[in-house]
Amino acid sequence: MNIIDRRLNPKGKSLANRQRFLRRAKEQIVKAVRDSSGKRNIQDLENGEKISIAAGGVREPTFHKAANGGVREHIVPGNKEYVEGDRIPRPDGGGGGRGSKASADGDGEDDFRFILSRDEFLDIFMEDLELPDLVKQKIKKTESFSLQRAGYSSSGTPSNLNLVRTMRNSLSRRIALKRPRPAELDELRRRIEEIEEKGGEIEELQELRERLEHVLRRTRLIPYLDPVDVRYNRFERVPKPVAQAVMFCLMDVSGSMTEHMKDLAKRFFMLLYMFLKRRYSHVDVVFIRHTHEAKEVDEETFFYSTETGGTIVSTALEEMQRVIRDRYPPDDWNIYAAQASDGDNMSNDNAKSASLLENAILPMCQYFAYIEVAQEHDGGLGGALGAAFGRETDLWRTYKLVAKPGAPMAMRRVKNRREIFPVFRELFSRENATA
Amino acid sequence: MLTKLESRSGGLLYEGPDWNYDTIKRIHGAVEDIALGEMGLDIYPNQIEVITSEQMLDAYSSIGMPLMYKHWSFGKHFARDETLYRKGIRGLAYEIVINSSPCISYIMEENSATMQTLVIAHAAFGHNHFFKNNNLFRQWTDAKGILDYLEFAKNFIARCEDRYGAQNVERVLDAAHAVMSHGVHRYPRKSAPNLREEERREIERQAHAERIYNDLWRTVPGKAGRADTPTAMAQRKALLGLPEENILYFLEKKAPRLAQWQREILRIVRHIAQYFYPQKQTKLMNEGCATYVHYYLMNRLHQKGMLPEGAMLEFLHSHTSVVFQPEFDDPRFSGINPYALGFAMMQDIARICTDPSTEDRDWFPDIAGNGDPLGTLRDAWANFRDESFVLQYLSPELMRRMRLFHVRNDAAEPDLVVENIHNERGYRSLRKALARQYDIAYADPDIQIVDVDLAGDRKLVLQHRVTNRILLDESEARAVLRHVANLWGYEVMLVEVDATTEAVLKEHTVAGSSVLLA
Repeated sequence: MNIIDRRLNPKGKSLANRQRFLRRAKEQIVKAVRDSSGKRNIQDLENGEKISIAAGGVREPTFHKAANGGVREHIVPGNKEYVEGDRIPRPDGGGGGRGSKASADGDGEDDFRFILSRDEFLDIFMEDLELPDLVKQKIKKTESFSLQRAGYSSSGTPSNLNLVRTMRNSLSRRIALKRPRPAELDELRRRIEEIEEKGGEIEELQELRERLEHVLRRTRLIPYLDPVDVRYNRFERVPKPVAQAVMFCLMDVSGSMTEHMKDLAKRFFMLLYMFLKRRYSHVDVVFIRHTHEAKEVDEETFFYSTETGGTIVSTALEEMQRVIRDRYPPDDWNIYAAQASDGDNMSNDNAKSASLLENAILPMCQYFAYIEVAQEHDGGLGGALGAAFGRETDLWRTYKLVAKPGAPMAMRRVKNRREIFPVFRELFSRENATA
Repeated sequence: MLTKLESRSGGLLYEGPDWNYDTIKRIHGAVEDIALGEMGLDIYPNQIEVITSEQMLDAYSSIGMPLMYKHWSFGKHFARDETLYRKGIRGLAYEIVINSSPCISYIMEENSATMQTLVIAHAAFGHNHFFKNNNLFRQWTDAKGILDYLEFAKNFIARCEDRYGAQNVERVLDAAHAVMSHGVHRYPRKSAPNLREEERREIERQAHAERIYNDLWRTVPGKAGRADTPTAMAQRKALLGLPEENILYFLEKKAPRLAQWQREILRIVRHIAQYFYPQKQTKLMNEGCATYVHYYLMNRLHQKGMLPEGAMLEFLHSHTSVVFQPEFDDPRFSGINPYALGFAMMQDIARICTDPSTEDRDWFPDIAGNGDPLGTLRDAWANFRDESFVLQYLSPELMRRMRLFHVRNDAAEPDLVVENIHNERGYRSLRKALARQYDIAYADPDIQIVDVDLAGDRKLVLQHRVTNRILLDESEARAVLRHVANLWGYEVMLVEVDATTEAVLKEHTVAGSSVLLA
């Protein structure tokens, strides 16, 4: 008998099959993911998603007998009262009482349930989302260069000196030209000294001295390191794709923003972050919050500390402009911004905000998303419901003028966390990008 | 149990639930002594593999085989099993055993020492003996070659995916899986299969096929009307080997538009279907045999003083839940439990051999009181399948004990009718009806390829002989026909014919397509 421990075998043997299955059922899974994403919390993204798809597309048909009709015989255990010839009323549902066999066969085939991992879910969820304004990004690709090693050259700056190559050339040249080795020189000198001390034969001494002279001259003529030996690392400039993005999160934190609104905003920011993360190798996040003045803060402060004051949106835009100027040159960075607000603004600031956005911010941005968050049961002034009845908030009205077709800007209203996923999809769906 | 109590010797095999390799070796050794010595079992060498629950799920999804080619349906099964398992709806099997030589048994790392003993007794000896000795397995499967063959199949299909594209391979596999249940030879072949030779034979076949002539490829029009004469038709059918119930075999050999690699894939699926065909026919016996063997072995170990009392209780708890048979009006009822019926019948046979009643002597004159229960059982295990086993050995005593009765459900009538119960008048027909339920050939629809319209549009004609007025599930049947049409390349028609009156009940036609050859 053999005992083999298979526990240490590599895991995920069935991964290839799973990928094939997901590919196969793609259409339905995508639909199921879309449907289910409305119900999801972003925090849930840490877990997988249980989805259920119609069994139709992944059906494995076989020739088998229909479940109904015809004559069927059943042999079953547990007779208590029946004798031959007894008639039993047919239980409801065809197969019926003893026919749980029939239902057991059919069970689970109508709906196929399984769990998608977090990555699989996000992959599918964001699959046909596209970053807007990719055209601009392509143009920019050629504007930025990086250096790439490209062989060696015989000229260059000392900092690029390639020692190994240089010494190799030097060595081969010295061998080829028969440059005297130090050991040879030492040997001659030692013998000369020896003869001088002992006072040996003059002729021999003379001869040795001549040879030493000769060797020394050769050594001088054939330098240890010659300019022809020197090699430098050569670099070539190659166009660098801009693979880094910075995401600006702007949020109004004045007193009118409730926890619920902040929560909505946070969800949106997180989603955007994850989306960018998938498209860019490096994503920076800058948090700017504002009341009547704006400040760049860390994440914790951004979401959790409160501040009181008025509401002047243009301060946040100015702060963003400043940060871009200081740290994120638009040539090197893809700039995305998401602004969340309840729509309040000082009325005398509207014009300034609009012009700032239109003339300064948007030209630098790949995309600017404005999310107007509202109370879930907001029946009062402002807010989304108010807007639905035709009462638009100050900021909404202001931004609407800027968000002309063609501008890299979109604006949506959200008042319930269920709407976050759909709104996000709407903003980044492919049709939107091409529009 | 049956043998006399021996002096308590040997000492305990283990204490407590923990185990290590030495424990497993000791257990295997002790079990082997009894199984080979007392029970006279004849087994393939054992290979016991310790696996995790995730690996168990893996094994589930690839129909229990350690190697399998890749296909989305296995991923689907894995996803479903995993979900059910995670939700706690379904537990995992304690073991999986593979009909191969050496016989591979998977045991789970979570099992306690007692469960490992039970699993080894059940799988490594019970199932193993059945695999090696049952007539069907000997005739239809090649235990020595199966793993090598699966390795070849896996590599072949992976190569095809590289060469012809995963999508194209998937289409062929989908189609082949759809008719897998009708891809077996139901009657014995002249020689036992030798899967190790498959790869070489595949090359020879190809060379042979290139040399011979196939009427399907004839493109020169013959004389008009010639094909309609009865003799010409018979001749044509004979040439094509019709009627043929092995749809996969026919398509592999005769489908005009398949490439060689596609035929080979059909062949692989067919071989795997054939490999599992005996298991489908011997579910009841196989499990009954394994359950009987583990019950015998565990009791003997206990009698010899090698199992602690607590372990015995743990074993009995798990054993009784395995052989539990809910009654028909119990909400847990879902048909007859093969473990329960198989185990009960085998215990009943042992009883008839050692302690028969007058009734048993009437019913089983050849074995009643022969005093050799194990010999009788070994003979039954070797020579029967579920259907014939029930027909031969189900005793009136057991029918009474299980209170079996026979209900007829005729859709044309308002009520169900109790045909027979467990009484003198009913025993024989009850037994016959139960045996029928275990007859795979009867449970699967009888579908054959009956004709190919060679003179015309090469339409393939299948026939379903309908028994008891039970037609095919229509939407599924059409989906399968779609697959068959993809393989055949031309129109396919399925006619449902009443087996007794020859009346045509239904026709399904699916236009041909060249999807596979695109």
